[in-house]
Order: sequence, then C-alpha cells, then structure tokens
Amino acid sequence: MEKNISFTLKVWRQRGPKEKGAFKEYKMQDIPTDTSFLEMLDILNEQLVNKGEEPVVFDHDCREGICGMCSLYVNGHPHGPSTGATTCQLYMRKFKDGDVITVEPWRSAGFPVIRDLMVDRGAYDKIMQAGGYVSINTGGVPDGNAIPISKEKADLAMDAASCIGCGACVAACKNGSAMLFVSAKVSQLALLPQGQVEAARRAKAMLAKMDELGFGNCTNTRACEAECPKCISISNIARLNREFISAKFKD
Amino acid sequence: MWLINSSIGRKLVMSVSGLGLILFLTFHMAMNAVALFSGEGYNMVCEFLGANWYALVATVGLAALVVIHIVYAFILQIQNRRARGSERYAVTAKPKGVEWASQNMLVLGIIVILGLALHLVHFWSKMQLTEIVGGHEALVYQGLAIAPTNGAALIAINFSNPLTVAIYVIWLAAIWFHLSHGFWSALHTIGWNGKNWIKRLEVISNVYTTIIVIGFIAVPLLFLAQSLIDSNFVLEYVKNTL
Ligand code: HEM
Ligand code: SF4
Ligand code: FES
Repeated sequence: MEKNISFTLKVWRQRGPKEKGAFKEYKMQDIPTDTSFLEMLDILNEQLVNKGEEPVVFDHDCREGICGMCSLYVNGHPHGPSTGATTCQLYMRKFKDGDVITVEPWRSAGFPVIRDLMVDRGAYDKIMQAGGYVSINTGGVPDGNAIPISKEKADLAMDAASCIGCGACVAACKNGSAMLFVSAKVSQLALLPQGQVEAARRAKAMLAKMDELGFGNCTNTRACEAECPKCISISNIARLNREFISAKFKD
Repeated sequence: MWLINSSIGRKLVMSVSGLGLILFLTFHMAMNAVALFSGEGYNMVCEFLGANWYALVATVGLAALVVIHIVYAFILQIQNRRARGSERYAVTAKPKGVEWASQNMLVLGIIVILGLALHLVHFWSKMQLTEIVGGHEALVYQGLAIAPTNGAALIAINFSNPLTVAIYVIWLAAIWFHLSHGFWSALHTIGWNGKNWIKRLEVISNVYTTIIVIGFIAVPLLFLAQSLIDSNFVLEYVKNTL
C-alpha cells in the first residue's frame, strides 16, 4: 500500500578522486513508498539544484536492472537490502519512516571513486578485453542451431551470462576479489562448444589481468554470491579454478 | 612461477597445504583414539614412531607444510587488505549465507598456532625432541622417571590439570571453526565444481571435521574426568605404564 515516509539520507560526498570525502546528511520529507531509490535521489538532486548546491553524482543508465551501472552501497549492502535486485530495482517501500539511510560508493582499490557515489569500473572492461570473447569463426545462426548442446549446459551458460558486470561482487568482498565476475565471464563461454576452443587461453589471460589490476585473492566467503543482483553461483569460481589449474598443468 | 604470481596459484598452495594438514590430523586423531582404550597400545604407537627415520622425515614434511600454510596466509591477508583500498565502509552488514569462520580464518589460524606451540612444549619437546638430543627421560613425576616414548604417562599427567584441558578445548574449537570453512573451501579451490556439489562438500567436510575434533577432545576430557574422580588415578596410571 502506498504511503509517504520521511527519513534521513547520509550520502558520501567527494569532489574528486584525490580529494577527501565525507558524509553529508539530508532530510527527505514525504517521499511516496512507490518511488524507486534512484527517483528518490533525483528528487534530492532537484532540491539541491533549486537551492544552488551541487547535485549528488551517481551512475545509472537503464534503470531496469540490465546495464549494471547503478553501483550504490546502501545500508551495508551493495545494491541495497533487496536480494536479486539492482539499486534501480530497489523501492522506498523497503524502508521505514524515520530510517537513517547510508549511501556509499563501492569501496575497493580496483574501483577508485571518481566523484561522490560514482566509481571507475573500467577495470572490468580491461578484464573483458583481455579475453572475454570468442575470436574464432563460429558461423551464422543456422550453424549455431546445428550444434547440439545439452539443456543442462545451456542453462548453466545462460545463468553465467546473466552477469551484468555491476561490480557488486567486488564491493561485497572482504578481499576485494573479482572472482565471481571473472568466473561468470569465463564460464558463459567455456561451457559452450564455441567457447571451449579458446577456454584455456581465456581463463589464463582474464585471471592474469584481474591479478594485475590489483583485485584480491578469493577465500570463498560467499559474500559475492549473496549480494549479486543476478544470483551468480560461486560454483562458477570452482569452474574457473579448474580451468586455470588444468591449463597451467598442461603448460 | 604461477604458484606465487597468480591468485589461483596462491590459493592452490593454501588449499593443498591445508588438505595435507587435515590428512595429518586424521592420522594423529586415530592414534590418539588408541589411548582412550589402552595406554599400553598407545605406547606401542609411540615407540613405533619415536625418533625413527620415517617419523623424522614425516615431521620435517609436516613442519614445511605448516610454514608454507602460515607464510601464504599472511601474504594473502596483506594482498587482500590492499585490494580493499584505503577507505572502509561506514555501515556493513553480514549477508546471509556467509559463515563467520570464513571471514576470520587468520584469527582462527593464529589461535591454532598458539595452541600448537603449547602442545609442542607439552608433548613433542618431551618425546621426539628428547630422543633426538639423546635424552633418556621426558620428565620425572613424583620420583618416577618417565621415558620419552611413554606417551600414555604424559597424557595422564598433563590432562590432570583442568586449565590445560580448558586450553586444549578452546584450541580444538578453533580448529573446528577453521576447518568448518577451510575443508570445503580447499576442495572448491582445487576446482571441484557443481551447484549440488557445494552443498555435499559442505556436509561432508562438517561431518569429517566434527569427527576429528570430537576424537581429539575425548582424550583430555576422559583423563581429566578420571583424575577428578579418583585422586590416585594419575600416579597409579603412570606406575602401570613403567
Ligand atoms: C591444524 C592446522 C591447520 C589446518 C588443518 C588448516 C587447514 C586449512 C585449510 C584446509 C584451508 C582452506 C584453504 C582454501 O580455502 O583453499 C585453510 C585456510 C586458511 N588457513 Fe589454515 N590450517 C591450519 C592452520 C593454520 C594456521 C596456523 C594459520 C595461521 C595463521 C592458518 C591460516 C589460514 C588462513 C588465513 C586461511 C584462509 C586463506 C584462504 O582461504 O585463502 N591456518 N586452512
Ligand atoms: S557476478 Fe553478479 S555482482 Fe559480480 S559483476 Fe556480475 S552481476 Fe554484478
Ligand atoms: S541502472 Fe542499469 S542496472 Fe541499474
């Protein structure tokens, strides 16, 4: 049921990558509970602009859970308290009247803050460029349909492919590890015949890039899996481990 | 070297050294269990191992595993802290499905080393070390010389002290927590994958770990109980082993 709530927002404000940031409090009055979290931030920004203050900078694009841009850490959870949802899919009905809502950027050496709540997730693009593609000729759509793939494999590959590269896994991880993302991107191809050809090279190149960019060592705490908006399973991490270790033993 | 330079390589070293230590704990527990039934039987095991060449080789291998595991634990911890960046979150919440042990492996490991140090003083220094340096007695108890291979007597003497037993229980609890995460995690690290297998591995590891830890804890508890019930128990027991 729709109603209005009032609450306090504590938002991380930081003018630039090198500058010191701090929390700033904003009182929000009478926000309808069917407002989305990002719409609520839009309301805040409109108020700030009207007052002549700088609006809060945050990343967003599709606002329907597919682009992975809305990287906000809300009340101790990447993408906020909802499970299996991105920040743009979070609604104010998840909060109560009088709440204090703390909004922070992803905190990880691999994702430096650009401004306020916006971080540079370019490291993920670099990892993809290192090998997250198929470079052999796989033919056209009819060729794809002519290759038999078991339902089980197809489902696993599809699940892995649902990763939107949002970076919540790194944000949630006490080790700042990007293994859930890398393993999903390796698995979505390694499980299919078209991707298998280059599987070993891909696993080695993407992992080497991840290490080079300063992400941490995975210790299987499973925080990533619990916070991932697409519920990517850590069994992908075991698959990446296996791909990588067997590739290294073959060398 | 990929075992040092890549994150999965480092994890593999952690995993294999940890699994090696679990294998050792399994044998150690099985031997201790003999002491629950027969001091004589236990001393036969002690004599068989003692400071014979195969026991020495195994000890050196074991020490190497422990050192590798600890050195890598600290390397990983330092790298992971750095990867986390300099700013910390103001608000953190533990997501469901995250085990407490998995986030505190280093602290648990440090408790394990402290317990281990005490344990080496209690037993190893009195037994194998004494034999290596050519000593003939582990210690003298109420005028009775105890031989370095008389493990049963050392058990009875050490575990008549409630404080010692309490420390051993805490130590073994830390090992239980360490392995409740470490065991399945190690199998996951070497690439044992599958959505159903994660659950199965967790169950198998928890049951296995619980059996090992109960097997270990039984010895100090049994001997403490006996010494509390009968104040002559330790002396009688020690005399019987001579
Ligand atoms: C009884 C002795 C020990 C056994 C059987 C043992 C076993 C294990 C196992 C099986 C793992 C999991 C490895 C993996 O996830 O791949 C592990 C992880 C770990 N151990 Fe131990 N360990 C022992 C002692 C220690 C000690 C003395 C320390 C010292 C500080 C330590 C620190 C760690 C840390 C920090 C991890 C987590 C690292 C990671 O998962 O990457 N352990 N241990
Ligand atoms: S694995 Fe999940 S949390 Fe990590 S980038 Fe992909 S969608 Fe985001
Ligand atoms: S804005 Fe695209 S996923 Fe949230």
